[in-house]
Amino acid sequence: MFDSVSFIHVLGGGALIGLAAVVLFAGIGRIAGICGIAFSLIAAPITQQAWRILFLVGLVAGTLLFHWLSGQDFPPAPDTSMPLLIIGGLLVGFGTAMGNGCTSGHGICGISRFSTRSIVATLTFMAAAIVSMFVLRHLAGWSI
Amino acid sequence: MQKIVALLAGILFGAGLAASDMNNPERVQGFLDLLNWDPSLMFVMIGALAVALPCFQILMKKQGKPLFTKRFSLPTKVNIDKQLIIGASLFGMGWAIVGYCPGPAIAALGYGYGDVFVFVAAMLVGAKAQQLLPTKAA
Repeated sequence: MFDSVSFIHVLGGGALIGLAAVVLFAGIGRIAGICGIAFSLIAAPITQQAWRILFLVGLVAGTLLFHWLSGQDFPPAPDTSMPLLIIGGLLVGFGTAMGNGCTSGHGICGISRFSTRSIVATLTFMAAAIVSMFVLRHLAGWSI
Repeated sequence: MQKIVALLAGILFGAGLAASDMNNPERVQGFLDLLNWDPSLMFVMIGALAVALPCFQILMKKQGKPLFTKRFSLPTKVNIDKQLIIGASLFGMGWAIVGYCPGPAIAALGYGYGDVFVFVAAMLVGAKAQQLLPTKAA
């Protein structure tokens, strides 16, 4: 699955994500944390929401634009049963809201700011995910 | 101008996720499964940090303010608390189970798969539930 072609893609794609975070920070001083942006929209109404909506619209549009320009097929949908899909979604939403960040906010922007909180959060969710994967897929035999 | 910047950043972010195959839950789960390891996500992080880290440092130290707003909006919390550790751990569990973190999940809405809408809806319900919890003085 992983070869030299995908190496260029992942490094280049990563650089685009980094550039996106820099554009948002340099332009309007905001952290490109997807959960923070999305969950602010469902919190108590606050002013200045337009940029958040436009960022998320751009996120969907940018993904479709890439597939359209590159001709690359869409990746598959998650291969997860409906109950686990819902449990996973609840955990991701609750957890990132509680920990104030996800892979983008803590993992990319936070580390780039040398934020201790973000470095600890990133190490924690990476470790929790790797342990969960090992336990659930390999020890418990769940099909995830 | 602020709206154009946000839209442009979103487009770049979404294109980056698609280009690096991070919208593919299998690929992400492959990174989390050490017994059948796919290093993709590690190189995505390296690529992102190689661009973002030096730029953020220069912007914060030299530039001092964003181009189109008055100041950088930075998180105010600095201490490592239980909320951070428990929240990050719960997120990690959910991430492993499905292979989506919030960015790819939202980006993948464009693919039109019903499962992605279910996941994003559950994610928003989870976040809303957390927001509605009585907050303890931190």
